[in-house]
Amino acid sequence: MSAVIEGHHDDHHHGPAKGITRWLYTTNHKDIGSLYLWFSFIMLFIGGAMAMVIRAELFEPGSQIVSPEFYNQMVTNHGLIMVFGVIMPAFVGLANWLIPMQIGAPDMALPRLNNLSFWILPAAFGVLLATFFMEGGAPNFGWTFYAPLSTEYAPPTVTYFIFAVHIMGASSIMGSINVITTILNMRAPGMTLMKMPLFVWSWLITAYLLIAVMPVLAGAVTMMLMDIHFGTSFFKAGGGGDPVLFQHIFWFFGHPEVYIMILPAFGIVSHIIETFSRKPIFGYDSMVYAIASIALLSFVVWAHHMFTVGMPIAGELFFMYSTMLIAIPTGVKVFNWLSTMFKGSLTFETPMLFAIAFVALFTIGGLSGLMLAIAPADFQYHDTYFVVAHFHYVLVPGALFSIIAAVYYWLPKWTGYMYDEFMGKTHFWLSFVSVNLTFFPMHFVGLAGMPRRIPDYAMQFADYNMIVSVGAFLFGLSQLLFLYVVLKAIFYGKKATGQVWEGAQGLEWTLESPPAYHTFETPPNLETGEAKS
Amino acid sequence: MSSIRKSVSKLFLATVGMFLFGFALVPIYDVFCEITGLNGKVTGPTFSEYEDIGNREIKITFTTTNNNGMPWFFDSDSSQMRVKTGEQNLMSYVFTNTTDKPMIAQAIPSVSPGKGAQYFHKTECFCFEQQYLEPGESISIPLKFVIDPDLPKDISSLALGYTLFDITKDQMSKQASN
Repeated sequence: MSAVIEGHHDDHHHGPAKGITRWLYTTNHKDIGSLYLWFSFIMLFIGGAMAMVIRAELFEPGSQIVSPEFYNQMVTNHGLIMVFGVIMPAFVGLANWLIPMQIGAPDMALPRLNNLSFWILPAAFGVLLATFFMEGGAPNFGWTFYAPLSTEYAPPTVTYFIFAVHIMGASSIMGSINVITTILNMRAPGMTLMKMPLFVWSWLITAYLLIAVMPVLAGAVTMMLMDIHFGTSFFKAGGGGDPVLFQHIFWFFGHPEVYIMILPAFGIVSHIIETFSRKPIFGYDSMVYAIASIALLSFVVWAHHMFTVGMPIAGELFFMYSTMLIAIPTGVKVFNWLSTMFKGSLTFETPMLFAIAFVALFTIGGLSGLMLAIAPADFQYHDTYFVVAHFHYVLVPGALFSIIAAVYYWLPKWTGYMYDEFMGKTHFWLSFVSVNLTFFPMHFVGLAGMPRRIPDYAMQFADYNMIVSVGAFLFGLSQLLFLYVVLKAIFYGKKATGQVWEGAQGLEWTLESPPAYHTFETPPNLETGEAKS
Repeated sequence: MSSIRKSVSKLFLATVGMFLFGFALVPIYDVFCEITGLNGKVTGPTFSEYEDIGNREIKITFTTTNNNGMPWFFDSDSSQMRVKTGEQNLMSYVFTNTTDKPMIAQAIPSVSPGKGAQYFHKTECFCFEQQYLEPGESISIPLKFVIDPDLPKDISSLALGYTLFDITKDQMSKQASN
């Protein structure tokens, strides 16, 4: 009799395993989501520490703290870690936590693959970071690893770098296969594609982009490997190859890649703005079509990164106009967010503050992108701090702010505890002021001609660089406050309700906070909005 | 669950397909460069005679560059000449191995502006041959070329640049493995 009851108990209230094996062997989407998010949080501080070294060196003109060789390694690894180790894993973590709960599925479609795609990621970054302790030092050729800098003139550790990129790529591809398969096959009955939450839509499209371009990146690093070790000449001019070919292949991957880092942010911000405006999102359909058109256009604009390599005039014009075309769907999104807020009953909790800052500052990054798209003007801007200002505006107050907003927004749902609203707002205002202090003056020094990736600069840029460095240190410190707020919520937070936010809509808010280890084992009924868990 | 299996296999095939597409970009790029003259890529030796040779005079500039770390002396006999379209021309290049080791080099050409590359026909050249020289040895190699009379009217001068690469290490390792 008791055996029967125990068997029943195991079936329906099966909780997590105990100890470290819970995390090593877990196939639970919530556990894997947390792993991804903590991993990217740790990498944020490692990549951030590298940024602090860069800004400390650039605090004053002249060479003071690190050697130029080490500076190059810092710039390269800061970029690689922030792109592949922070933004991408954080979005995958959010996808793991949210997609099954938002579409009413019990878990991801391929839970074991999910475990594998997370656990090879620390291995990849372990390999990459280990190169710092090897002969020749870490990769020093910039995150774009242009040949021949990354082939003929690369340190011997480039082979480890190639291996690490292969593993990261495999992880992303497996993650994407999982996301697409889950979304296409496991939606609750009645949830048609055009009824899916926008975060799910943005990730569906992002996952397709990843599957289209990560293999191309794998191909590019494989060609590098062959050039370095097997005597081929894909990129060696001396053997009939062409280094410019590398740039074309890299940016064929690289441009969709930068949208991979922003599309999920669009989904997140849409949810947050509709919640705190207490109105459904304005123009849902146009939001979906805008994301899809941005994704499609991302495949035909890559050469705007290389206007100065020498291109026929027709090529320059094509890439200039196609790039400018992207402003249209992006503008649609920005105006839809504004229209959602218009006449809404707004409140400004921390996630909303980050979301509004996202809309404003991402638009600044988008506008400087339009300036860079103008081919003749780009000849002046190319490889200056103006470019650095541009992509940091879309990646830091863009992608990173959206991730922070998402953490504040869904943290009470994930942990069951509310964060400290006052500390959250302090974190926001510190981040908001310091992020602008850091990246806005970069526009000015860039237009005045300060080149990027150089550890020293001319005297006339000294004042602005000091301001930038102070801003960067402040921004770095503010993120320690973020860690504190998160930990404080987990350990000392007030109990959160299931709905958490007054205006929150969507299946995940119908669950209790924190949700049970297994949710939606029977699909929810969309008609009544009731979840049977 | 078979619908999941179907999605996974389709997506896996797409992944493999895109990996191969990455490599397909290499020949696609070469063809694209040939058509558009991107990067001033020039084709190998060709020979053609023109009935209507036109009567335009074109200024040709010759530049030579040594790739980073290449110690050879490498120069053309003169740095500039005026030629008529459709006529055979000759220019000599001198290569000297200034080191005390035997070396193999290869010169890679590029024509500027890139748009004019396809009208610069070499009838005899060293462009795709590897050059072996003993220590201190010097050699003069001719380059014969014709400028296509169809050269667009807006181009009145062309520059032919050669960059000399040291490929001794690559060639030695290839021979060792053979």
